Amino acid sequence: MTFNRKILASSVAFAAATLMATGAQAEMSDDAVRIGYLADMSGTYRDLAGPGGLEALQMAIEDFGGEVNGTPIEVLSADDRNSADVGANTVREWFDTQNVDLVSGLVASSVAIAATKVVEENNGLAIVSGSAASSITNEHCAPTHIHWVYDTYPMANATAKAVVDQGGDSWFLLTADYAFGHAMEKDVTEVVEESGGTVVDSVRHPFPTTDFSSYILQAQGSGAKVVGLANAGGDTVNAIKTASQFGLTQSGQQLAGLIVFLNDIYAMGLEATQGLLLTTGWYWNMDDESREWAERYYERVGSMPGMVHAGIYSSTTHYLNTVEEIGSDDPEAVRAAMAEKPIDDFFSRNGRIREDGRMIHDMYLVQVNAPEDATHDWDLYEVLSTIPAEQAYRPLSESQCDLVNN
Amino acid sequence: MSATRTLTPAMKLRRKAKVRRNILYLVLLAIALVAPFVAYPVFLMKLLCFALFACAFNLLLGYAGLLSFGHAAFLATGGYFTGIMLASYPGLTPELGILIGTLASVVLGTLFGALAIRRQGIYFAMVTLALSQMMFFFFIQAPFTGGEDGLHGVPRGELFGIISLDNNINMYYFVLAVFLIGFAIIRRAVHSPYGQVLRAIRENEPRAVSLGYNVDAYKLVAFVLSAGLAGLAGSTKTVVFQLASLTDAHWHMSGEVILMTLLGGVGTLFGPLVGAGVVVSLQTQLAQSPLGNWVSVILGAIFVICVLSFRSGIVGEIQKVVKKNFK
Amino acid sequence: MTMIFGVPLMVFMGQLMLGLINGAFYALLSLGLAVIFGLLKIINFAHGAMYMLGAFAALLGLQYLGLNYWAALLVVPLVVGGLGMLIERFILRRIAHLDHLYGLLLTFGLALIFEGSLTNFFGVSGSSYPTPEALQGGVNLGFMFLPIYRGWVLIAALAVCLATWFIIERTRLGAYLRAGTENPALMQAFGVNVPQLITLTYGFGVALAAFAGVLAAPLYPVSPTMGSSLLIVVFAVVVIGGMGSIIGAVITGLAMGLIEGLTKVYYPEAANTVIFVVMVVVLMLRPAGLFGKEA
Repeated sequence: MTFNRKILASSVAFAAATLMATGAQAEMSDDAVRIGYLADMSGTYRDLAGPGGLEALQMAIEDFGGEVNGTPIEVLSADDRNSADVGANTVREWFDTQNVDLVSGLVASSVAIAATKVVEENNGLAIVSGSAASSITNEHCAPTHIHWVYDTYPMANATAKAVVDQGGDSWFLLTADYAFGHAMEKDVTEVVEESGGTVVDSVRHPFPTTDFSSYILQAQGSGAKVVGLANAGGDTVNAIKTASQFGLTQSGQQLAGLIVFLNDIYAMGLEATQGLLLTTGWYWNMDDESREWAERYYERVGSMPGMVHAGIYSSTTHYLNTVEEIGSDDPEAVRAAMAEKPIDDFFSRNGRIREDGRMIHDMYLVQVNAPEDATHDWDLYEVLSTIPAEQAYRPLSESQCDLVNN
Repeated sequence: MSATRTLTPAMKLRRKAKVRRNILYLVLLAIALVAPFVAYPVFLMKLLCFALFACAFNLLLGYAGLLSFGHAAFLATGGYFTGIMLASYPGLTPELGILIGTLASVVLGTLFGALAIRRQGIYFAMVTLALSQMMFFFFIQAPFTGGEDGLHGVPRGELFGIISLDNNINMYYFVLAVFLIGFAIIRRAVHSPYGQVLRAIRENEPRAVSLGYNVDAYKLVAFVLSAGLAGLAGSTKTVVFQLASLTDAHWHMSGEVILMTLLGGVGTLFGPLVGAGVVVSLQTQLAQSPLGNWVSVILGAIFVICVLSFRSGIVGEIQKVVKKNFK
Repeated sequence: MTMIFGVPLMVFMGQLMLGLINGAFYALLSLGLAVIFGLLKIINFAHGAMYMLGAFAALLGLQYLGLNYWAALLVVPLVVGGLGMLIERFILRRIAHLDHLYGLLLTFGLALIFEGSLTNFFGVSGSSYPTPEALQGGVNLGFMFLPIYRGWVLIAALAVCLATWFIIERTRLGAYLRAGTENPALMQAFGVNVPQLITLTYGFGVALAAFAGVLAAPLYPVSPTMGSSLLIVVFAVVVIGGMGSIIGAVITGLAMGLIEGLTKVYYPEAANTVIFVVMVVVLMLRPAGLFGKEA
């Protein structure tokens, strides 16, 4: 009886509190700000975002204080197992049964595209941090998602342009034989030719491929100065390793990785990757601010963060700041307000959100250190130059996005 | 009146069993009809699609004794063809899209079946696995599948041009109808003289040959039927989720459907349904729990346990208990 | 310069060489499958996982125990082979009396467990294993620059295949093995401990896979998924060759490596599928496989 009375009393108190709260912040959708983190936690892209990304998300929330204007922040997380239907399903369920306010993470392109379609249907909000697909803010653009960290456009184009400018004017392209590789091959060929170089030959290898020796031999025979890798993930890793075994760089050819990540370089080791040119959205050792955050992350996770991890922290913080400022978690209002503010933090410099949903920020051309130049395990890159935000990404004038007036 | 008097005890027992079975069917149907108002409809639709897939697979393993390790190819073929048709021809109604996807699987099933039944047992498993891996590579490379990104934005459309499937409840009843049709086809095939011959082949192939049956033709028909129904499941799934992706073509999917069937009970009508229910729920639950990283380990462990000490599966074990206690 | 179908002879030779090296892996793995199949009549679906465990054992041995490459080449196959014997003794034996398809399913489950667990601990990006010092660098063969390590892989793999053939065809143990394949009951009657022979055979087949894994470690990223995709190709190789003979498995493996290598030059788009296409053709013309006898 006393027990029941207690419950009754507390529920009355709760109802009153809720009423008051509703009075105070008329626009909060319910009793919590819920962020759903969807990523590959166990498969191919685990190291790119995965559990580390969840940790970064939680760091952002803790640093923010765990609540927005008194409303607690809750995190849900799920493993998409790199499957578009598992991903889309999870997000749909989050909207239908959990009232999720923001979907974060989103790594494999198939999952990211599928999930953002569901978010669009439900008029929610998503921030894509892990995926490389530039189509997310091009033909698949929608007012309900933002693409934060990077995409293939700066990764491929900036690297190609920089390499040609440094004198690498004849290219051999090693292309993954599917839609993604073909698109990148086309982009890079354009950039190389615009910058005054030529693509002398290319070979399309099946996806995925483990043994690249045959293709590397063909690249060596081509006589091109630069061998560009228009592939990603495991294929890039395998190609780089094989190139190093066949002495590609020793014989005077330069390797250009178009989609390479910090965790790939770390896994391959500096011996195999030294001298590689690539573009990144952020590097943990690029300045004091970045180092400070990276070291905190390292304490918790045990490895250094890549740009996706940092981007998840940055995007979550920007989201929470915006919600606090406008006192609402209404997706449309938040999305609009997020775009009004510039984004300048340890991760993003000169950042802003364009109307197509692309968050543009400075990118960096880096070169992988030689083993003798590295002072410790994670001393992997040397930053060569900064690519200004406005030049790094696909210009809006070339956009196929419906949200852009062309 | 006089007819009832001539019934033998055995016939009475059979009639009683039939009544019991019909009651069971009605109860299950009633559950299926109210389910979307109790549980989450999208989850139920996923479950029904996989259940149909597993039932189709079971037709081959449970009744013809052929272990296919490549059924993902048919699921994916159905899905991709339906997806492409619906996405590129906006006027096409979903049921026609599904029909086209299913036919594509039937064609592929005929080709693969004709090749695979040339070998038996373990070789059959390896041949189907290799063929489906070939399809996997084809789907990656083909220009119309979107490669790794998958095929997105497939419209659900309007059934027969009138009923909107964008409504989850409408969609659910449509999926349920598709499942019931598939299930009825399988049940009919299993209980027909054709099904009897299939079982005779499974038990003793040389004897079936010596009895004059064209064993290869029987096996091929079973293979094509199974492939077509797997394609039907894939096509329906594409309409539900509005996408088709490489996951369905991956050999892991072929492994999962084996697990569903094995866990539920090979060679039982309801086994695959139960197995699919358990595996799909498990995956959904695990994906959102701290054990999420361990999904494949847990599935592997279930595999091992099933094979070591649970070979009749859930439904098979229940049937054993029922037989022991209620006969 | 002499050209072969539009490709310079030199390049052509180089590609043949590389194809042969890949073929050596196919040969080693299909050989192990054939040895196991001979006595146990099951297809070891965990074979890819065992290959992967071999590579991982070498990597972890180096990182934590300071076990160098040469020691790993010897120790790792013994350790993984020992694990295989335990698996046979305590798991596979319990289902030996059942339909052999159950063996396939069981080993498939084991493969999922091994791959899944290692993924949790090490991720899937893969780590690299340094090329042993004595085998670094390359030699110019006149027609190509051949990394010494790849040359070594070819020699080592062929030597092991040959040794296996010798053991099975020319020694007393091999004679038991062949007799056990033909008629286990009779062997038992003659006083040979057949169950022990089976355990040893499974261990040996698995050890071959682990040996291939150690050989592969410096070549490819050591990752939990390295075995499964390779295994499906090896299955196709096995279907093409049939599992009737040791020599058959080795020759088919090498030949498929060559065919795949040439495809990479003339029509790279089909490099992943060419072996499956060959399998389809063989199934149509000679269903029992090139060296097989239909059971």
